[in-house]
Parts: sequence; structure tokens; C-alpha cells
Amino acid sequence: MTTLTAPTPPETSSAPPPSRSSRGAFSPSSLLEALPGAFRKLDPRLMWRNPVMFIVEVGAALTTLLAIVEPFVGGPGTSGGTAIPGSFTWGIAIWLWLTVVFANMAESVAEGRGKAQADSLRKTRTSTIARRVTDYQETEDPAAGASDLEDMSSADLQLGDVVVIVAGELVPGDGDIIWGIASIDESAITGESAPVVRESGGDRSAVTGGTRVLSDRIVVRITSKPGETFVDRMISLVEGASRQKTPNEIALNVLLASLSIIFLVVTLTLGPIASAVNADVTLPILIALLVCLIPTTIGALLSAIGIAGMDRLVQHNVLAMSGRAVEAAGDVTTLLLDKTGTITYGNRRASEFVPLDGVTVGELVEAAALSSLADPTPEGKSIVDLARVLGVDVGESAPGDVVPFTAQTRMSGLDQPGGTTIRKGAGSAVIVWVEQFSPLHRSVRAQLDAEVEAISQGGGTPLVVAVATASGECRILGLVHLKDVVKDGLKERFAELRTMGIRTVMITGDNPLTARAIAAEAGVDDFLAEATPEQKMELIKREQAGGNLVAMTGDGTNDAPALAQADVGVAMNTGTSAAKEAGNMVDLDSDPTKLIDIVRIGKQLLITRGALTTFSIANDIAKYFAIIPAMFVGIFPGLGVLNIMGLHSPASAVLAAIIFNALVIVFLIPLALKGVAYRALSTSRILGRNLLRYGVGGVIAPFIGIKLIDLVVSMLPGF
Amino acid sequence: MPVLLATFQAATLVLMLAITHRPLGAFMAHIFTSDKDMALERGFYRLIGVAPRTDQTWQSYLRALLAFSVIGFLLVYGMQRLQPLLPYALGLPAVPPGLAFNTAVSFVTNTNWQNYSPEATLGYTTQMAGLAVQNFVSAAVGIAVAIAFVRGFARRTSGTIGNFWVDVTRGTLRLLLPMAVLGAIVLMIAGVIQNFHGFTDITTLTGGTQSLPGGPVASQEVIKELGTNGGGFFNANSSHPFENPTGWSNLFEIFLMLVIPFALPYTFGRMVGDKRQGYSILAVMATLYLASLVILSALEYAGSGTAPMLAGAAMEGKEQRFGIFATTLFGTTSTLTSTGAVNSMHDSYTALGGMLPMLNMMLGEVAPGGVGAGLYGMLVLAVITVFIGGLLVGRTPEYLGKKIGPSEIKLASLYILVMPALVLVGTALSFAVPAIRTDVETTSILNPGNHGLSEVIYAFTSASNNNGSAFAGLTGNTPWFNTALGLAMLLGRFVPILFVLALAGALARQDKVPATAGTLPTHRPLFVGLLVSVTLIVTALTFFPILTLGPLAEGLR
Repeated sequence: MTTLTAPTPPETSSAPPPSRSSRGAFSPSSLLEALPGAFRKLDPRLMWRNPVMFIVEVGAALTTLLAIVEPFVGGPGTSGGTAIPGSFTWGIAIWLWLTVVFANMAESVAEGRGKAQADSLRKTRTSTIARRVTDYQETEDPAAGASDLEDMSSADLQLGDVVVIVAGELVPGDGDIIWGIASIDESAITGESAPVVRESGGDRSAVTGGTRVLSDRIVVRITSKPGETFVDRMISLVEGASRQKTPNEIALNVLLASLSIIFLVVTLTLGPIASAVNADVTLPILIALLVCLIPTTIGALLSAIGIAGMDRLVQHNVLAMSGRAVEAAGDVTTLLLDKTGTITYGNRRASEFVPLDGVTVGELVEAAALSSLADPTPEGKSIVDLARVLGVDVGESAPGDVVPFTAQTRMSGLDQPGGTTIRKGAGSAVIVWVEQFSPLHRSVRAQLDAEVEAISQGGGTPLVVAVATASGECRILGLVHLKDVVKDGLKERFAELRTMGIRTVMITGDNPLTARAIAAEAGVDDFLAEATPEQKMELIKREQAGGNLVAMTGDGTNDAPALAQADVGVAMNTGTSAAKEAGNMVDLDSDPTKLIDIVRIGKQLLITRGALTTFSIANDIAKYFAIIPAMFVGIFPGLGVLNIMGLHSPASAVLAAIIFNALVIVFLIPLALKGVAYRALSTSRILGRNLLRYGVGGVIAPFIGIKLIDLVVSMLPGF
Repeated sequence: MPVLLATFQAATLVLMLAITHRPLGAFMAHIFTSDKDMALERGFYRLIGVAPRTDQTWQSYLRALLAFSVIGFLLVYGMQRLQPLLPYALGLPAVPPGLAFNTAVSFVTNTNWQNYSPEATLGYTTQMAGLAVQNFVSAAVGIAVAIAFVRGFARRTSGTIGNFWVDVTRGTLRLLLPMAVLGAIVLMIAGVIQNFHGFTDITTLTGGTQSLPGGPVASQEVIKELGTNGGGFFNANSSHPFENPTGWSNLFEIFLMLVIPFALPYTFGRMVGDKRQGYSILAVMATLYLASLVILSALEYAGSGTAPMLAGAAMEGKEQRFGIFATTLFGTTSTLTSTGAVNSMHDSYTALGGMLPMLNMMLGEVAPGGVGAGLYGMLVLAVITVFIGGLLVGRTPEYLGKKIGPSEIKLASLYILVMPALVLVGTALSFAVPAIRTDVETTSILNPGNHGLSEVIYAFTSASNNNGSAFAGLTGNTPWFNTALGLAMLLGRFVPILFVLALAGALARQDKVPATAGTLPTHRPLFVGLLVSVTLIVTALTFFPILTLGPLAEGLR
């Protein structure tokens, strides 16, 4: 038996695509830019959506009123037995307003980061002239060469319209190419300057409005309504305009609101209760207490965290259609990864021809090459290439009718004019085909099985080649060994995912043996071999029935149902519009390994919320030790022992607590925008670390902060 | 020496609880999951027309519970108002409406706040057929709610959380009654009285005459502790020698209060199919209990002020036959469960020590809490803790495979809101409304100033938590307190139950999410620590201000 080996395939690099810009950094100047927006957001009609900050605003307004009235009713007087300096109420009022402004600033900064991108996207949306085919005949004239065209504004295009676009023109709207092939500059959307090829009838047929056709002429059927195009959705997403609260965010809001209510009750009842022991406190001090207690830190930063989370995805060139999807990504427990392109370097290449006994190598090579001539897949091309290397040239165009590969038949081939038919494909499929003619001889079957097994166990993919003559004589010639190359560093990433509690499942059309070998090499937890779209769908449903959350990527139209079914479906930007429509995220770089980053970002979003909530609540302890003794120490001097920070005076203690409360928001804006650092560790360790940092840290930090601020405040006259 | 004695008592108690924890917990899991009814139960179900194998939705479970409690309330109220017509009334008159309302609510809600002196107000029939029956069934209701809540975690995609009638019947007949019979025998052996003698006039050694009350005390006493009720047969409650004669009876009564609440976590672990979860809840309860006990004991041993110095120890309001540790052990137990029985006057503890019973109740009585109520209270706190912890590890929070989403958090938050709101608003109203304030300050408060405020805070804390103990200086039998405390007890009992059952329903509807390496582990020490902190911080943040005005201002002089 002769085997021929081809040179190893060229390695295609899969380095992460360059990020569109370096907007990850946070600059203090962006705070200033956000100021006007922060003031605009003071409108109570906008504020009341954030109950925590709304309470602060009401408190600020009330304190301002008191500060104005006070001089006319004899000054602030005494509170809890301590004389209050005249400027105290103004101080509280100003810092309360600043607290609200800082909170709004955080949100504005987060939104501002999306704005720049939205502006550049908006430019692509400027209406262009679309040339609509008035009477498109799909069968007679697919190229629309003889049809009448009418010029109209792209804004007036309707769903289902057919337009013609030639080189140099902008694509007027989202659609699928129904005829033709073109290279397209998508840099306006993806930031990637290299043009991409889009052609009709495959999984790369989608075009996006606003991109530019660089060469050739295509006919496109519009698939989106005006105003609802991909770009429109992108703009509203990056601007945060269409941001809806996610389930976790709603739950957190409920918790924060109920904490606020408890503290509202605490403060409202404290007045009368204090009066029972003749320790009456003034309203500004009660308001200060309330604001210090309600979770203002997280309340102020909550929406910024959400916007920033979406923005982080955008920086990874991923568009999430909803925040819900981002959150679900953090919860994913099962990751479905297509083998090709994700786990292995895209293309399997023919590396070897293995003829069966009684077949010459030349015969096998020629049949394999002939059947692959019209096969556009990289595998098919690699067979032709390998044949050429071995000195068998079968020309350029396929002689006869091409039988394309389908997921159902799992075979492709060629029906030659003379009646000779060639089939190549998965072993089981080809055997079924051969046995239509005559049963397979046992010795042939045995040899075939042995070779298939040998190739598969080595992680390769065996393609069986068979030929049938016009007279019905059918035999199996041999096998083509296709080799997969697993990407570097994947094993470590999958191990990392395992510690995060995520199971990886490799999806492949290969037979189980091949799949097992590659799965073992790549280190995935499970695999689905000889997968059809139906099986994939079934797998997702089975996983979900067990309570798992499933994430997957896909690009083809036949992936659409599975993308829709999955909890996180990431469609490749190169994919069909059906796929993009079905998924809840689109990866502009069309990089399936991105899924792992998406999961990370989802987790980071939740952790950031949790961390700031913990920090916010933990802060209250120190604030109590600042304010409570200050409130009553005039009447009950013994309470002075609770003033463990040794704050200068009751008035300075309260003001220092309020100032700390406001400033901490500003200090935490960068953290809210950047997100808490996430490392794939065991859950217990993550919890331990975060509790230490944000829980214990949250208890200690304000003791230091308030003390320092008090030192400054105590220098003010009167305090 | 005192340390040695204290250690011995504590060790005996721990040993007794350790022995009973597993078998009793397993037994409770068995009776609330069993498919078989006893003949007596079948007869009872036929009588009230209940299909015992039909599970209820949370709404219908709640309706049954409320109906049952309303009937219980009407019976107890009616018996008090019609007391002269009942046998064994001992010639006592009908109880006035305000007090009758307060008392009926108090016993139906498992509070047993007593605005009256029982031996001088209630005859044997009212005590035994009215109050004692409620002592059993109100405890059974608490356990039923806890079990229904646990079923919410245990069941998947189910619309139902069990059958209220079955749960209450089994809790009473299979659990509380047999244990009460056993316990009563032990108490009688320890010297607690059990008779129907009414009042006996005796001549004392000094020649004076005294009227000594008798009565079926042991049978009342046992369920008072076992059902974490706390309503004494005598006004002096467990400091009365007929109720609690010796150090041994004292320890046994403490054991009775703790035995079911500390066994329920095991039941919980068994029913959700992961015993470690039960142990972690138990660990939280035990940690809080021990910490509170140690602090109170330390404060009382330290004493302060002139009187304790002269007396040699802070013995005011404490019984000589118990001494300090047996007192703090009882006081801690009584206020950390929802019992409210007292073997000393909490009012007379050292100023800071008096804060501990208050703080114990303010924790929400979850360590280990009242029968059933402690477990469900702690599990609600666990839900909140899981939510924060879950976010911290980057997953949508889930507890025992159930996602804690917006609706679950809403119900848990509302649960947490009720008790502090009742305590704070009740206390504030006592001083905010001028007419009430005058009444409170002139009639009710014995010691003006910080201590008087503490008395009022204590009363509302006790009522809202269904504890029933009091800072005894307060005169509670006034229209304001009878009504306000009655409402606090009523709302403090049934509003949280409403939210717990709704939460149980929401959880039962969900499917279970399998635990993965990414799930927040809820059986590790870290989670125990986090849950302890959340329990403490939620309480501290809510009550710190008023505690500074009450016991802290009084104690930090």
C-alpha cells in the first residue's frame, strides 16, 4: 500500500483582533465632559427611576430650603444638645446636591463612552440612493440585468425590496445577497479595514447597511424595516438608550429600595423616639443620617455598571442585543463550541490518500480530485491541491453535475456525463450509498473499517471515496485522510472554564472516533459527533432541561433555530441574516473563541454589582460610628466612647460623613466602568477575595476616609 | 468555681441537644413527608372535610392557615369573655375586651405576651382549653410554615407546597403531644406542680396568711417551653418555684425551648437532600447563640453600679437558686427563641446586659428562633445572603438550585422589612402622638428616661417578634398598649408568614439548577460567616440608633 503525505498545512493565525480603540482607559477629563449631562439628569422626573438617588435629591432640596429659612428663624440652634454652626446646613445641602450630581456624572461618563461610537455609526446611516428592482424575477433573471431599476432614498426601502449595488456604492440597508459575489469594506461597523467577501447562497450572504461594496455587482434582498436596521440597533445599544434593566439588576434594585425604606423608617421614627429622652435632633441632621445609611454608593453607580458592561462587550467587538443576554452569559454552564474554526484551525486539509487493496493510488487520487473540483470548501480545495502536488491534474472545471454536500447526506460528489458517479464523504454515508448497488464484500468492509479506525484514532477525518459506473458496478476506492490541527493554548482555557463551572461540548460533523481523538487533544469535556442541526438543537434542549444555561456560536441559516434556543447565541457577523436575527449577540470579528470572553464579561458585570453593594452596606458601620454619637453626645456624654474615630465635633463628624459619602462615588467611578478584576479561580476563593476586598475593605476604608475629611472640616470656622 | 459550674451546665445542654439533633430532625422529616395517616388523623380529616393527599398552592395553604388562626382567636377571645360561665373558673370574672383581644392575639400568634397576672385573671378551663391548646397549635402552625418553605426548596416545577391541615395535625399529634407528655413527666419529677386545687390558704411561719395558687402547671409548663410559647401559668413565669423549682428543672426547660428549633435544620437538610446545608444553617444559629450567651454572661458577671458591688454580684431580679449563669442561659435562650419565658427580670439586668435580650429579638429570633419561625426566618436571611454572595462570584444567585430573581428578592426583602417597621413605628407612635405620650409616660413607664424608653422599645420588639417577654417595668394593660401590641403581634406573625409562603410558592414553581463549580457553595464556613455577618449587620444598622438612646445611653455613663 502506498501512502502519500502532503506538506503540513499553513498555520492561520487566530490572534485576537485589534480592539477598535483604546477607550478602556478612564480619564479624569471625561468626568468634566460628563458634567453638563449630570446636571441635566437632576430633573426629578428622570431621577425617580433611581429610588435611592431620588431620596437623596429630595433630601438635598429640603435641606436647601431649611438653609434658606434658618437665618429668619434664629439660626440652626442646637441638635441633640450640641450647638450647630450657622454654615452647617448649607454645607450639608451643598454636599447632598454634589452626591446626586456625582451619581449622574457616573452615568453620563458611562454613556459618553458609547456616544462617540454611536456618532461614527450614525454617519453610516446617512441615507443613500438605493436602486430598487421594480419587477424582480427570481428564476428568469436572477441577476436583474434586464429589470427596470428605480432610484429611491434608502430610508424608504421596505422589507423584501430587491436592490442592485455595484462597486463603489454604499449598501442601502441590511439584506442577503441573492445573486453575485462582491468584496465589501465593513470597516464602518467592525473597525476591520481588510475587505471581506460576501456571496449569495451560503452562510456568508449577509450585508449590512452602511458598508461599502468595493468590487463587482450584487443583488440584495432587504431584510430589515427602515429604522430597525442593524446599525440602528447598534446605535441605540451603544448609547444605552434602549437599555432595559436585566433580571439581576431589577432584583438588586428591589433589595436596595427595601434597604432604603428600612432606613427611611429608621430616620423618620428616630425624631419622636429621641424626643422621648429629650434628645431632639434637627431635620438636616436626620436627613444627613438617612443619606449616609441608604446605599447611595451602589445606587449611584448601578446604571453606570450596566452601561459599562455593554460597552466592554462593544470594545470586544461584540454587540449584545439585550443586557439580559450579557447577564445570561455570566451564568452559562454549558458552552457548545463548533470544532472547526473554534477548536481547530478552521480548515482540515487532505494529508494522505489511502487506497484500498486492488486500487492504484492514481485511480483514487483522480476520483477524489474530480469529485472535489466543484467543492468550494477548504477541505475540497486541499484535496485538489494535494492531488496536484502528487502530479494528478484534473483541470479547472468539474465535468458533470456537482452533487453538493448536505448535512443530511453527509456526502458530496460528481455525476459525470458518461454515467459514472463519484461520491466522497463520511464512511457510514458512503457505505449506505454503495450498498444501494451491491452489498459490500466482507474483506473490503474489513479493510475499510480498519483504515477509517486508524485515521480516526489519530484524530484525522477519513473521507471515503467510491465510484459507480453506468452499468451499476460500484466499488470503494480508498480514503482521503483529512487532518485537523488543534489550536494552541486551548487546553488551558478549557481547564480555566472548568474551574469557572462551565462545561465545554465540542460539536462536530466528524464520526465519533475522530471526535473523541480531537476532544481528548483539545481537552473539552464532551463532544457531539456526526452532529446534524437537529441533534444540536436536541442537545441544547436536553442541557436546558437539566437546568443548564447554554451558549453557542453559529453563522449558518441552519444554525438559526439552535441560536434562538440557546440562552446565549452568538452569531458571526459573516453569517446569514437569519442567524444574526436568531442570536442575541453578534460578533463583529466572527471569532468563535470570543464566547469565552463574553462569559468573562458577563461574570465581571455581576461581580462588580455585588462588590459595590457589599462595599456600600459595609460603609454604613463607620458612618454610624461617626453620626450616632455626634447626634446625641450633647445630651448623653457617655456616648462619646462610641466616637472611636475621635472626630472633632458633632457638626464636623456629620459633615465629614456626608462628604465621604459623596466623594466615594467619584472614587469608585473608574471601578464601576472598568469592572472588578475577574480571575478564573474556584468559587470559594473568588468569594473569599471579594469579601475581603469589598466587605472588610468596605468596613475599614470609611473609618480612615471620614477621619481624614474630619481633619480638614475641623479647620472650618465654627466647626 | 462559677466558671466550672457554668461550663458544666453549658456542656450538659450541648450534649443533650447533640444527642437529640439527628433523631428528632430525622423524625420530623419523616412525619412531614410520610404518606400514611394514623386512624385518629383520618377521622379528624373526615370530620373537617379535608382530603389529606391533596396538596395546596401557597395561596390556599395561607387561606387555611389564616382561617385556622381566626377560629383559634375567636375561641380564646370567647372563652375569656364568657369565663364566669365556664367550669373551673375559680370565681374569676370575665376578662375586659381590650385585654381579651390582646391575650387572644398573643396566644394565637405564639407570642404569649401577658398583660395580666394569669393566676388572678384566668381559670383553669381558659388556661387549659384555650391557652394551652393554642400553645400546641400555634407552635404547630410555625413548624408547618417552615416545612412548607422547605418544600419550596425541595420540590421542582411544582405548584404546591403541601397540605396545611395535614402539617398542623401531624405536628400536633405526632410531634408536640408525645414530647409534651414525656416532658411533663420529667418536669413533675423535677418538682413542678400538677393539680386542680385552686387557691390554698396557708399560715406562714411568721403567722401571716397567704393564698397559694395551685393548678395543672407541669402540663402547661412543658408546652410553654417546647412550643417556644412562653406564657406562664403564674405571673412570675419560670422564676416561680412552682413552675421552675430547681437548677435541674431550669436546665431541662432551657433544653425544651431549644430542642425543636435546633433539630429543624437537620430536617431541612434531610428534606432538600443535602444534610450539609442543614449543618451550615445550624452552625450559623449556634454561632449567634453562643456569642450572645457569652456577651450577656460577661456583662452580668462584670456587674456595675453600687448595688451589685454591695451585693457581690448583679443579682437584682435574679433568683438565688439559679445564680447568674443559669439566668443568662435562660434569658438568652428565651429571647433567641420566640419563647419569652423568663426566670429573671430582664428589666433588672445591668444596663448593657439588658440590651442583649432586646438585641436577640431584634435579630429576628433566628438563632435558633421559635419553632419553625426560626428556621424560616434564617432561610429568608440565607436567601438575601445568597443573593449578595452570588453576585460576588459572578453568577445569578441561586440557593439549593433555585434562582434568586426579582420576585424572590422582593418577597425576602418585604419579609425583612416587616419586623423593624413594626418595632420602630410602634415605639415612635408611643411618643409622637401627644395624647398617647402622656398616657405612656404617666401610666405605663415605671422608670422615666432612657430606661423607660428601653421598656417601650422592648415591648414592641417582643410583640413584633412574637417573643412575649417584657421589660417588666412597663404597665402594658392600657388601651394603647393592648391595641398597639396586639396589632404588632398580629402583623408581626402573619405578614411575614404571607411572604414566606409566597416565597415558598415561587421557589416550588422553579426547576432546580444543577450545582457546578461556578455555584456559590452554601455549606462552607465562608458562607456561614457571611450569613452571620448579614444577620448582624441588617440588625445593627436598623436598631443601632434607638439602642443608643435606650440601653447604650443608660449603660455608657
